[in-house]
Amino acid sequence: MARIEVTVDGAQVSDDVEPRMLLVQYLREKLGKTGTVIGCDTSNCGACTVHLDGRSVKSCNVLAVQADGHEVTTIEGLATDGELHPMQAAFHECHALQCGFCTPGMIMQSIDLLNDNPKPDEKQIREGIEGNLCRCTGYHNIVRAVQTASGQEVGK
Amino acid sequence: MIPAQFDYLAPTTVEDALVALAEHGDDAKIIAGGQSLLPVLRMRLNAPEFVIDLGRIESLRGVTEDGDALVIGAMTTHSDVGTNPLVAEHAALITKAVEHLADAQVRHRGTFGGALAHADPAGDLGAPVLALDAEFVITGSGGERRVSAADFFEDFMTTAIGDDEILTSVRIPKHTGWGAHYEKFVRVAHQWPIVAVAATVRAEGGTIAEARIGLTNMGSTPLRATTVEQALVGQPATDEAVRRAAESAAEGTNPPSDLNGDADYRRHLATVLTRRAVLAAAGA
Repeated sequence: MARIEVTVDGAQVSDDVEPRMLLVQYLREKLGKTGTVIGCDTSNCGACTVHLDGRSVKSCNVLAVQADGHEVTTIEGLATDGELHPMQAAFHECHALQCGFCTPGMIMQSIDLLNDNPKPDEKQIREGIEGNLCRCTGYHNIVRAVQTASGQEVGK
Repeated sequence: MIPAQFDYLAPTTVEDALVALAEHGDDAKIIAGGQSLLPVLRMRLNAPEFVIDLGRIESLRGVTEDGDALVIGAMTTHSDVGTNPLVAEHAALITKAVEHLADAQVRHRGTFGGALAHADPAGDLGAPVLALDAEFVITGSGGERRVSAADFFEDFMTTAIGDDEILTSVRIPKHTGWGAHYEKFVRVAHQWPIVAVAATVRAEGGTIAEARIGLTNMGSTPLRATTVEQALVGQPATDEAVRRAAESAAEGTNPPSDLNGDADYRRHLATVLTRRAVLAAAGA
């Protein structure tokens, strides 16, 4: 077992974990943060995307021990005082989901994209979320939601 | 899927990492960014007893200049390489290749040295570093040695790094002012390239003075299209002239056949993608 100290969604946590434990397992099984989901288990789909020190990563492809001393933000840490994060609100407003399984990762990656590029065009949005698979929407409303959250006019 | 049990070591210096490697040898595996290794461990394709993490060795991160070369620390992430102004100025081919490497999440975590040490012939960095005549700095208990890119890639996922050694940096000779393009052919987003071509060109007026071309996934290692490089010298950067030179792009290659395409298809792709890459690199 290895001792880790991690800041998760603003709270300092400390645990003994097996070195082989994946960050996504740690978040879900140890901390009960089931908002971060496991989609493909092969690091393709991006559903498990969280922020590690402010940058998006696939939490199924990071060991919990590698997060020791670092800061993790999950979909559960976005809202403040009951107010949705602007990206969450935009996904809601644009109905950027159908089954909703990809949504946590999609929102975390979209926030990372706007941190890098506050006004992406449609192509940049599609390329920016290429590591996140959605099998329902055809991405159309997801792109609209990211445009909305970035304060840009939304195409039809 | 979770990896088999292992002990985890996180040294903070290269010296300590080498000691750990010497101690555990065959039972140990080095993890850099983990973006290739962790899927392998999760699928139980490999089950090392010890995993040695280089992630806490700060000296292995960053890009510096050393005379006529750029030195890219092995643990520099793809996203840090891709946004580095020195790399964009002196080795634009690397910037172009990193731009579409995997996806944003993987680029935040995956490392330059890790991907090259993994040596997947379908990886996006082998062809550009080969085309740029990079030198690999490999560190062992006896000190550093340098290996040329041509000698570094030995076979499928096999490099010149010894069992008791660590890749610590990659030196890229400056190609300041050279145009560059990485033309990658994929069927779906963030796939490994079926074939890709890395081209960098020094043009004088409308004429190609020098060209360097690397091929991705056309054999068990990254390959150079030297015949095309030679044929391009002194040619105008026109579609017709480049098309003629690019016809020999598949010469000496041994591409795989798989569900994405057979070897003949890949040979054809190599000629088409070489033409596109060279024209784009020449700004034509």
